[in-house]
Amino acid sequence: MSRSRNNSAVGPIDWPIIGVWIFFVIFGWMTIYSAAYDAAHPMPFDFAKEYGKQMMWIAISVLLAILTLYIEGDFFAKFAWVIYGFFLMLLVLVLIIGKEVNGAKAWFGIGSFGIQPSEFSKIGVGLVLAKYIASIGGGQLKNMQSRMVSVAIIGMPAGLILLQPDVGSLLTFVAFVFVMYREGLSGNVLIVGFAAILFGVLSIVTGAGTADIPFWGEQSGVWMLIIVLVILALLVLVYARNFIPPRNRRKMYLIVIIGTIAASSFSYSVSYIVDNILEKHHKERIYVMLSLPVERKDADYNAEMAKITVGMGGVMGKGWLDGPMTQNNYVPEQWTDFIFSAVAEEWGFVGSLILIGAYVFLIIRLMFIADRQRSVFSRVYGYCVACIFFMHFLINIGMVIGLAPIIGIPLPFFSYGGSSLMAFTLLLFIMVRLDSERWSVLK
Amino acid sequence: MEGRRYTLIVIVMTIAVIYLLRIFGLQVVSQYWKDRGTALTEKEVVVYPSRGVIYDRNLKVLVTSQTVYDLMVLPKDVLPFDTTSFCNITSLTVEELRNILKKAVTYPNVRYKPSAVIKQMKPEEYAPIAGELYRFKGFYAQARTLRVYPEKAGALLLGDVGEVTKSLMEKFPEYKKGDYIGLSGIEKSYENELRGQRGIKYVFRDNLGVERQVANGSLDVKAIEGTHVVSSIDIDLQKYGEKLMQNKRGCIVAIEPKTGEILALVSSPTFDPNLLLGRARGTNFLALSRDKQKPLFNRATQAQYRPGSIFKIAQSLTALQLGAITKDTRIPCNRALIGCHGSHSMDDLEMAIVHSCNPYFRGVMQRVVEGGRNPKNRFKDAQIGLGLWRTQIMKFGFGTNLSTDIPGVKKGLVPSPEYYDRAYGKESWNFSTIYSISIGEGEMLVTPIQMCNLACIVANRGYYYSPHTVKKVGLNGAPRPEFAQKNDVGVNQEYFDVVISAMEKVVGPGGTANGAKLQDIVICGKTGTVQNEPRKDHSVFVCFAPKENPKIALAVYVENCGFGGTWAAPIASLMIEQYLNDAIKNVERETHILEQNFLNQ
Repeated sequence: MSRSRNNSAVGPIDWPIIGVWIFFVIFGWMTIYSAAYDAAHPMPFDFAKEYGKQMMWIAISVLLAILTLYIEGDFFAKFAWVIYGFFLMLLVLVLIIGKEVNGAKAWFGIGSFGIQPSEFSKIGVGLVLAKYIASIGGGQLKNMQSRMVSVAIIGMPAGLILLQPDVGSLLTFVAFVFVMYREGLSGNVLIVGFAAILFGVLSIVTGAGTADIPFWGEQSGVWMLIIVLVILALLVLVYARNFIPPRNRRKMYLIVIIGTIAASSFSYSVSYIVDNILEKHHKERIYVMLSLPVERKDADYNAEMAKITVGMGGVMGKGWLDGPMTQNNYVPEQWTDFIFSAVAEEWGFVGSLILIGAYVFLIIRLMFIADRQRSVFSRVYGYCVACIFFMHFLINIGMVIGLAPIIGIPLPFFSYGGSSLMAFTLLLFIMVRLDSERWSVLK
Repeated sequence: MEGRRYTLIVIVMTIAVIYLLRIFGLQVVSQYWKDRGTALTEKEVVVYPSRGVIYDRNLKVLVTSQTVYDLMVLPKDVLPFDTTSFCNITSLTVEELRNILKKAVTYPNVRYKPSAVIKQMKPEEYAPIAGELYRFKGFYAQARTLRVYPEKAGALLLGDVGEVTKSLMEKFPEYKKGDYIGLSGIEKSYENELRGQRGIKYVFRDNLGVERQVANGSLDVKAIEGTHVVSSIDIDLQKYGEKLMQNKRGCIVAIEPKTGEILALVSSPTFDPNLLLGRARGTNFLALSRDKQKPLFNRATQAQYRPGSIFKIAQSLTALQLGAITKDTRIPCNRALIGCHGSHSMDDLEMAIVHSCNPYFRGVMQRVVEGGRNPKNRFKDAQIGLGLWRTQIMKFGFGTNLSTDIPGVKKGLVPSPEYYDRAYGKESWNFSTIYSISIGEGEMLVTPIQMCNLACIVANRGYYYSPHTVKKVGLNGAPRPEFAQKNDVGVNQEYFDVVISAMEKVVGPGGTANGAKLQDIVICGKTGTVQNEPRKDHSVFVCFAPKENPKIALAVYVENCGFGGTWAAPIASLMIEQYLNDAIKNVERETHILEQNFLNQ
């Protein structure tokens, strides 16, 4: 094995990751410049515009990255709980003295800048989760107790974020479920989760209409779904006995009955929550994604504009600073959550392919790096980083191209914003540092 | 647990592939999103050509275009702004502004399509706003053109333009919503020449907010400016005619006999054409269309009157040509058959015209109709006679629309044998049933422009050009080819001598129109007094002048005011003075006319 760089304080660095990070930061800044471009402020360093401010955030992030590379990997394992606690405290604090933006108390306002602690809290969760799993031994998330502890570690900051409330940030915590799966959580959880999403969508779609049910009259369409479910269950109960040996029948009856009751309650709950508990605009966003009719004429404005903007790109794109939809600000605040639409319009399918390829490369490279770690701590943390990037990628791009509802979360390294850029940089560079020590740490 | 890393990798790859397929669908496969984006970002800007100017025969501007401005708003570009100062410069109230902005984003208006804030501001209204507009993002002005009439005269003759209606768009699919089209007068009949050709410019806004050409303008269609049109109208004469006709119902038609060019076409009461412009158009149009005096009705071309005694000119020429009489034929003034006036008993043709002897022309018509062409059946004889008469009368342009370039010209009525068959039954009528048409009463209906055309025919001794209002299409152009075509009326030239000589005497000493005499110009004319029971008679006069080498022919029709020689003739005389001498010497006559008010009779 070559150890050409081990004479410095920093061990062998994974340059492909650094390279893709540099690519993202530069490409991201260029896209912000294009999306927020204002002819009256053409200078890249103009602090009146987002690209000027982002320039500053990039400079700070580079300093943080270098700093992180000089911190002993041990530090992160030792101080995992401290870091976790610190961000937890910030999440409590933000509920008290935070600035309310778009109905959520998620920001500390410092002058014209804001810091969003929920972005940083994922670092703490990743470190502590890694430390906990390392303490019980890798791949051992099999008993109830270890699962409950893991869920608690994830749940505390997630709960505080729900109180803000910031549903988008909350959803990204689902990333840790993938990490838990990697470390021994039953695969059924993923399957049940996936089935729940499909069944939930079905419930919302049927619940959006009404059904004329015999002897009962006009009811929410979700009842039709439940009735079909019950009839299917009865059919199974009646006919399945022919195929199942008597000793297994009791168990089969139990599974079918409990399953039917669970599915029906789930189905009704989803429909009820969408209709009565979710805020009107959330309901509209879900309906827009599922192509269901929406009352407000321009409820789908952002989603439509984003799709048009992507579609305008064609194969080769309109060229940097030349996307007609982007330059005329059809997508509101395009430099934040909808930034991918600017990439797609100005760089076309080729640009989109490169960008998505780069994310896939980053995520899989991180998983690869994680798996080559000798310490469980580093491996679990690596998976945390990879899965967080994956969740952001999944939700953000899906939202822009109309495959996910509109959920406001940033695209890592691309979306404008100091908190997300710094948090993602720290998240990534801690892993790079841990990886550089993989020969010396034997745990 | 090692295998699980591959599960995760498969999940990531699957999502990436699904997303790439979706993006490929949006960007490469589907044309739908590109079309919608193009529709949003590229504007097809219609380049309106400037509409042609209408000049009078001396190249005075009659109708021209004026730029007006629509203040527009594009809601998606609007940033928070100082409403108070916006309201100050636009003189809107805050309440009005709020309503307008609300409407601009309420269905069917949408945030990314422009709506009008203020329509049709005059340049002087727009000027103070123009300099301030840059402070209000999302607001901009759009220039349009309106027609203006600097001379404030000839409203019905010149006509007006307005936005195309739905039914017009169905008829002329080349017009689009918001386009202007000539609705009446010269604006309508010369619409194709005046409007020019619309151009199309494709633009998009670049990142500097500047509108730029799409594909370097290679897709653009250049606008072609409208053709200017030189009208045959003498606007000074037109205005003078409108002045003379003030407070009177009726009309004046003046034509240059040698060319058929209409010099003036007055229909009274009239109105300032500028009333039908811009924002006030709707209210003013409604008021005019409800006016009991019908100012929107063009009496010169659309009113169908009984011609009265002036028709005796046409009768004389017809009878001479058909050989029913000679100029020496004398017929007794037998007032038992039909009423008459003045003292005369056994006139020849010339004196019968001068005296306007009704029994004489009853006799003339009898000779025409009862020509003995079918001696066995006097009904059939009358049928043949009337047919021959009608053919000749229609050669004078009566009963036809004269093929003018004025929209909506009425034909009048020259009763045919079939007409009387329908009215009385076949072979149930003869001359004694229909004799009132012999003196231009009864069923005869003519329009004032046809009367004036008759004067032209006499002035030209036997031919006319279709009366028209446009002398040249294009500043150096020609009239439409059909107006260069001579229409011969088929009457021998020598027959005109007696008629002209009689018409001269009408305006001479003892003539019915002696009050219209001019010192230096010989006028040949014929008065008419059209019965109009129970109201007062219409006063009619047709004439041309000067006798040698006539330069102007006129028909004047004044409703419900009395004898032809008293009102219509002096008005015609003043018009001739104005046109030929460019100055009025008979000031007393002019004052007398101007003072009269017949509107309530």
